[in-house]
Amino acid sequence: MKLPRAWVLAFGITLALLAGCHRDAQPSWRLTDVSGHLPDLAFKLTDDNGKPVTAADYRGKVLLVYFGYTHCPDVCPLTLAQLHVVMQRLGAKADDARILFVSVDPARDTPQTMHAYVNAFDKRAVGLVGPDKDIEALAKQLRSAYTREPDKGDGSYDVSHSSAIYLFDRDGKARVLATPSASQDDMVHDLSLLIDLGAKA
Amino acid sequence: MMPRPSLLAAVAATLWLLIAGSAIAGDADTVTASNAWIRVLPGNLPAGAFADFTNASDHAVALTGASSTRYGQAMLHRSSTEGGMGRMEAVDKMEIPAHGSAKLSPGAYHVMLMQAKPAVVPGDNVVITLSFSDGSHKDVTFQARPANAL
Ligand SMILES: [Cu+2]
Repeated sequence: MKLPRAWVLAFGITLALLAGCHRDAQPSWRLTDVSGHLPDLAFKLTDDNGKPVTAADYRGKVLLVYFGYTHCPDVCPLTLAQLHVVMQRLGAKADDARILFVSVDPARDTPQTMHAYVNAFDKRAVGLVGPDKDIEALAKQLRSAYTREPDKGDGSYDVSHSSAIYLFDRDGKARVLATPSASQDDMVHDLSLLIDLGAKA
Repeated sequence: MMPRPSLLAAVAATLWLLIAGSAIAGDADTVTASNAWIRVLPGNLPAGAFADFTNASDHAVALTGASSTRYGQAMLHRSSTEGGMGRMEAVDKMEIPAHGSAKLSPGAYHVMLMQAKPAVVPGDNVVITLSFSDGSHKDVTFQARPANAL
């Protein structure tokens, strides 16, 4: 049996396409792929040891960036506890990743309070604080937002904030976005892939 | 023969106790709580309290509040991440449907505990009194767990 010439041609093109695809194979993310849609991570803030830091200080590490605040009563602790479990499931590999918890409450969060807070969740978590304008700039960069809610009458207040978790590769490029409701399996899967990308052999 | 007045009083008192007793029992007795725990955060940060409830009665029951001698303040809250924003609001009640169940759980309904005295540490057992819409109360023991517990 002879195949029509057009079919042979189509088959050939498909093969060529497959080969082409294979060459620059993208990792098959389970979370939302944001590669090329967000600027590279850039900030100048203070870490929970009181040391000035920039995004460049974390190059070489895969980063999970999450905005929140220590008085955040329920959503932040839940998200950080979930990230801790994700890191635990990666075992020794997780040493190549850091959780960056960026405070959206500059008025109350100090490096000291952030230090106790992040360490209660994970040893690989870093708390970042800075003046409002610097936090706002970073949030804007990541299309994130936060709003200080009205005083509750006793001087306390809540801060509504984006609940997304941004995953950056070792070069500080935004790769995937997770919501707090993302499954742990998917988080482990994508974080593991990201750590494998550019891992030192 | 006429019953003696003291006997009448005793009968009346017994009846009253039976009626009052059933009122006191109320919703608190038809609701069972399990897996009650508190997420302890460092310093004096507010802590969330969580538990699973089942309602054995044939009418819906509402959890309306909480208090504890161990905390200065306890409030019923609900958090959400709707629209990608994490936020929290005070609520009046959480319904537990007839022959159904409901949960106080992280990221949803919870009891917010503030101003612990003395400080609560993981491993502590803390009694929290829960109130229901019919005015009944229930003491539930919550276990304090570390910040990163799930
Ligand atoms: Cu709350």
